[in-house]
Amino acid sequence: MLVGLVVYVSGHLLGIGYLFFAGYTILQFIVLASAWNILGGYCGYVNFGSAAFFALGAYSTVFFYKFNPLPIPILIILGAVVSGIVGFGMGYLTLRLRGAFFAIATLAMAVVLQTLVVNWSYVGGSRGAYIVRADTVDIGGYTIEYIEYLFLLMMAVAILSIVISRTIARTQLGFGFATIRDDELAAEASGVPTLRLKLIATTISGALMGMAGAPFPYYIGYLQPASAFGLEYGVNSIAMPIIGGTTSWVGPVIGAILLGSLQQIATVTISSAVNLLIVGLLLVAFVVIAPNGLVGLIQDRLRARRDGK
Amino acid sequence: MDISFDLLMNAIVAGLLLGGFYAAVTAGVSISFGMLDIVNIAHPAFIILGSYIAYIINIELGIDPIVVSIVMLPAFYVLGTFIYQVYYLSFEKRGQESLRGLAFFFGLLFVTEVLLILVFGVDYRYVEASYIGPSLHLGNVDFPLRMLVPCITALVLFGLLHLFVTRTFTGRAIMAVSQDQLALQLMAADPIRIKRIAFGISIATASIAGALLIIIQPVEPSVGREYIGRVFAICVLGGLGSLPGTLVAAMLLGIMESITSTFYGPSWAPAVSFGFLLLTLAFRPAGLFGR
Repeated sequence: MLVGLVVYVSGHLLGIGYLFFAGYTILQFIVLASAWNILGGYCGYVNFGSAAFFALGAYSTVFFYKFNPLPIPILIILGAVVSGIVGFGMGYLTLRLRGAFFAIATLAMAVVLQTLVVNWSYVGGSRGAYIVRADTVDIGGYTIEYIEYLFLLMMAVAILSIVISRTIARTQLGFGFATIRDDELAAEASGVPTLRLKLIATTISGALMGMAGAPFPYYIGYLQPASAFGLEYGVNSIAMPIIGGTTSWVGPVIGAILLGSLQQIATVTISSAVNLLIVGLLLVAFVVIAPNGLVGLIQDRLRARRDGK
Repeated sequence: MDISFDLLMNAIVAGLLLGGFYAAVTAGVSISFGMLDIVNIAHPAFIILGSYIAYIINIELGIDPIVVSIVMLPAFYVLGTFIYQVYYLSFEKRGQESLRGLAFFFGLLFVTEVLLILVFGVDYRYVEASYIGPSLHLGNVDFPLRMLVPCITALVLFGLLHLFVTRTFTGRAIMAVSQDQLALQLMAADPIRIKRIAFGISIATASIAGALLIIIQPVEPSVGREYIGRVFAICVLGGLGSLPGTLVAAMLLGIMESITSTFYGPSWAPAVSFGFLLLTLAFRPAGLFGR
């Protein structure tokens, strides 16, 4: 974790503006991927509706902005609260469903929420909403570019999400999740309070995704439902943990960094449609060949070497 | 709100015709999800593929799109069997269907859609056919031929599928494989082969559905996404594994969407199907005709 911090801080010191834009996106995906993995990798419940929580975080920012512009850290917390509540609600409605049905229900939920937002003209509906942002920000006497400010904030959120997912994995909560993934019926029969654990998972997952979404309007300046709720976020937040490895907290981070960077490079050099193609192809390839992702491959190699001796 | 009877009748008729079309779109998923328990979330992408193939051949050679789709049936069937083979080898053997299988098809959805974007671009495409303009008029109610022909084709498709599933050995084997795979093996039928045939048929229906789609509306690659929810909503509503149920559910959904569109505005229409899906899943997961 400290290593991550050092890496990011050194990235911050480089002066190239675009790096911050790209870096913001990657950090955002780290949060989304880690958040997805809490429900998907640890508990085994595939959530196709990640975009909805992300977009809710973004739209709650827009909503409060229309009242009275608030500083972003508060907006992030608000976004987390909103998405967390929705996560809880979604969990309550859908967690009784088994695997495939749950996934489809999450997709359905995302579209219903999208339709609600499209029809809600206070936040701009399908016209979209503009957010004007300042060029620079003063923090404690230093004046920095706005995008650097966003980058730092996102970094904080990313570190927070990594810490959360790491902590969960090592505590009782994480073991509970793992039992749900492996055999829910047996877990239930052994006295694990599966419904409560699953609700915790969806709430945390949703809240983190909302946090990722909250600064988004400031980052991009113009928000519209079609892109905010787009399936692109959904597929990315599934592909990154799967490619990186769903079984540990490292997987989503690696997946997000690799896939995010790849997509940024592709967007800049080839075209922006191709990056989705890359995501799709990699997803299919990894799901078929390496179900446990890169982390799984490395673990297998380490284990083989250990056993070989 | 003053509800004019004519408007209501037209909305209902439009809904019925639309529902027939939705049934054709869902037929494939009814087989793959209802009978084989394979969540082929990429089915709409294959439908769009069918639409584009119908479009190209219609533009180049001027052949009617439905005819094109019938000619393309074998190709789609083969594609279906191939995909099933990959799916089977990667997932069903290892018993990890749920997460990996979903992710696999999700990835496939994206790959197909993006390939179509790269090849064809995002312009809307539409076909020319003799029945796209005119409508029949019965009293104050319109029956646009553009919707009527696909609806009739869809009903024919359903009739054929139903006959196949109830009268032929392979068809009954497909129903059997969803109920009890071991018993099927004891009856000297290879369940893997049966499932492969079924999935092939499922994708083949996408070919026809694609042609119908491009008759009804202009198509561009991301149109498929709207159908993901509709298709699964209809499947679940109708009851998994029941073809008649799927037909009824499709009609119901068509009518509901049409009425919502007409009286409340088209921007609410997607919420209808997905919302209904959620309600069904929450209260009656077995659907109307479920086993």
